[in-house]
Amino acid sequence: MTNQAWETLSNQAVAAAGVVYFLSLLSYLVQWASLRHVPGYVPVERTTSSRVAVGAGAPAAPQEPPAAEAPSYRAEMTGRLGLLLLALACALHLVSLVGRGMAADPNRVPWGNMYEFTLAGTFVVAAMFLLTRRRLGLAWAAPLVVAIVLTLLMVAVIWLYDPVAPLTEALNSYWLVIHVVSAIIATGTFTLGGLCSVLYLVKERRPDTRVGFLSRVPQPPALDRAAYRLHAFAFPVWTFAVLITGPIWAHQAWSSYWNWDPKEVWAFITWVVYAAYLHARATAGWRGRNAAYLALLGVATLWFNFIGINYFSTNTQHGYASISQPGVTPSGRLAK
Amino acid sequence: MTATLPEAHADAPEPPDRRTGELTARELGRWGWRQLTSMRTALVLLLLLALAAIPGSVIPQEGVDSLKTSRWQAQHPDLTPIYDRLGLFSVYDSAWFAAIYMLLMISLVGCIIPRLLVYWRALRAQPPAAPRHLSRLPVHVYYKTDEAPGEVLARAAAVLKERGYRLRVSTGSTAGESWVAAERGYLREAGNLLFHLAVVVVLMGFATGGLFGYKGGVIVPVGTGFTNNPTQYDDLDPGSLFDADAMEPFRFTLDRFDIDWIDSGPRQGMARGFNAHLTYYEDLDAPAKTYDLRVNHPLSIGGTQVFLIGHGYAPVITVRDGNGDLVYGGPTPFLPEDAGFRSFGVVKVPDARPQPIGLEGLFFPTYLEVNGDPVNVMGEAKNPTISMLAYTGDLGMDDGDGQSIYELDKSKLTQLKKADGSMFRVDLQPGMTVDLPNGAGTVTFEGVTEWTRLQISRTPGMHVTLGGVVLALIGLLLSLFIRPRRVWVRADVSEGGVTHVDVGGLDRSTAGDVEAEVSQVVAGLRQFDEQAHGPAQPGLAPEKENS
Repeated sequence: MTNQAWETLSNQAVAAAGVVYFLSLLSYLVQWASLRHVPGYVPVERTTSSRVAVGAGAPAAPQEPPAAEAPSYRAEMTGRLGLLLLALACALHLVSLVGRGMAADPNRVPWGNMYEFTLAGTFVVAAMFLLTRRRLGLAWAAPLVVAIVLTLLMVAVIWLYDPVAPLTEALNSYWLVIHVVSAIIATGTFTLGGLCSVLYLVKERRPDTRVGFLSRVPQPPALDRAAYRLHAFAFPVWTFAVLITGPIWAHQAWSSYWNWDPKEVWAFITWVVYAAYLHARATAGWRGRNAAYLALLGVATLWFNFIGINYFSTNTQHGYASISQPGVTPSGRLAK
Repeated sequence: MTATLPEAHADAPEPPDRRTGELTARELGRWGWRQLTSMRTALVLLLLLALAAIPGSVIPQEGVDSLKTSRWQAQHPDLTPIYDRLGLFSVYDSAWFAAIYMLLMISLVGCIIPRLLVYWRALRAQPPAAPRHLSRLPVHVYYKTDEAPGEVLARAAAVLKERGYRLRVSTGSTAGESWVAAERGYLREAGNLLFHLAVVVVLMGFATGGLFGYKGGVIVPVGTGFTNNPTQYDDLDPGSLFDADAMEPFRFTLDRFDIDWIDSGPRQGMARGFNAHLTYYEDLDAPAKTYDLRVNHPLSIGGTQVFLIGHGYAPVITVRDGNGDLVYGGPTPFLPEDAGFRSFGVVKVPDARPQPIGLEGLFFPTYLEVNGDPVNVMGEAKNPTISMLAYTGDLGMDDGDGQSIYELDKSKLTQLKKADGSMFRVDLQPGMTVDLPNGAGTVTFEGVTEWTRLQISRTPGMHVTLGGVVLALIGLLLSLFIRPRRVWVRADVSEGGVTHVDVGGLDRSTAGDVEAEVSQVVAGLRQFDEQAHGPAQPGLAPEKENS
């Protein structure tokens, strides 16, 4: 296949993935609609301490509706269909990424600019969700995840699109693979963790809702735990990306391992905020709600760093939003 | 930070004849120390650090881009003095930023040292005895069996041992005194401590680099050389404890500079494949070596590294003065102004007679005239052209102040005009010569060569920093993914020869999920009698333990 063909394939795969994500979302919405009168949560008799049944491995288990009120056939079908479509869309999404990489000459990893980074990041969100939905009991979050992925994908296609192009010289390094892939994985996972924290905050206010979507969201402790696990996974990955591979690469490309470049500063701020989140979970008076707010602050700094710094900051060497700068430019005072 | 430590831990008994004032001061100190080393303070300091880092990403920083900083300062004359006083142009070197991270460090060390002692004791201690009421633990399972308590506990010990628990077995004869206590996950706290200590290591490595290292930049045109001493740098940014005598005595010449211009596709006009061919000598009398210096591939000489970070054009300009004497010649670096490498440059000829000459203007790599306006088509030098204005008079180079070689001080200069008073410009292509008006001299554009901007830096302590971060990551992984847990199993015989077994679990991390662990332990315990007695009862305590 020619590079042109790969690029076309990638673009078509993105479009197809978008459509299938949308169908998946519709399917999940139908599932919601058909369940709207079915109580999703029956408060358990509160005992003195919250004991949990043996064998109830999944945190979501206590919130499953009792067997007597089994969800309707339609709800079950649309739920399964939604999942199937989500998996299909995720596969198409992967095809589009591979296509981007193959279309470049020489072939490279498909995260050389913002469009590709967003494409890869949203793929991580979708794939991470598919991988952890059982383990962390996140099945209920499917429509939200699909909506987020679909929105970000549209943003990428409409505003961030860039044709396939060779990399600028500074990016042409194997650290691009290691540094950026870890940043993408961390970004995707932090985003998913942030979603759990939002829902935690919402659910925490109305834990006894009996019908509607909120009733199918797990109880706050389970949400808190899911959020924590996602963050606990993403934080070391982010540390690796920002404080190990980033400085090593910066040292090779720009001569100094830490330049206080705005991108670096914000990556550090994100790191500090998430460190504070993990710290807060172990600090009396900060657990729960305050920790969740910190997680949201973390997501905000993370996305501001990605979008805000690339578009609004003029003095970052990470400015891959446009190619208005030469590959390398002289900087610093030139007085003799 | 170490100065405050011994005092804080001076828990020696107080002498009886102490005056009240001393006690108060000590108490105050101790109270302050406790506040500072509390988790909550550390948390607030962390957030404060994040907040304090923000201005540095918004306001141009002296240490990052001083050119941009001085431009910003020129544009904001009102704000500049205020910002300057607040240290906002060098946030990361400012006293208040340092105050935050130093407090954080002290807080961290103060938090860690007592915890190290606690951990050391915990490491050698036995798991704690079983609580009286296992039913009050977050996770509790109860079942009955025909097996003897000893048998159950022996199996419990085996099962828990296999799962990596440290055990303590009590075989008391009285009711409630035969149990197995088990604990695992000691490495979590070790990881936690390692992480915090590694942060200190990272900061020390970072400080070493900042204090003893230096970085400097120099523009080297092709065909010229560089010797590593402070006077040769265009800009040098040494650490405060940097010793210029310790600079490695290497030198190099730039033999050739290769570049690939992309001439099609979406990145048309972009350059890549930069390759600066150097010949270098590690020492005064070392043999010559060659190195292809590329982006992402620095040259290391001893502890110093040379990086390729920029490039541009250096038109070769020759100036003869009114007497016909050769007064200026050679490659003159011009600074790129845009992605197309339209470049700005200055020629200063202080020795020209009758009057010193100054030239200022632009270099176009690929010149094209569109509707009478000069346009630069691309970065590749396909139609190199210079277009400069000429001045004569006092160049102001004798004032004593250092003057930028890229700026022409026109305050005492007169712009040259044609005899009829119309605009005069030095518009030349390679090989062309122009006579300056008034018999001031001639300017010849001999050709174009290129320059590279090299950054040369020495960062001692870099590997300490890297090692520290790697240790921090290892500590982080241990502290996040090791789950410290305690499990207790108690077996008692009740009347009728039935054995009551209670299994309690406690998760000592915040991740919680000890249910699965306990259920697996119970499954291991009941591998032989599950069929006989049905599933265990969750949570419901036997009657005798209800109180």
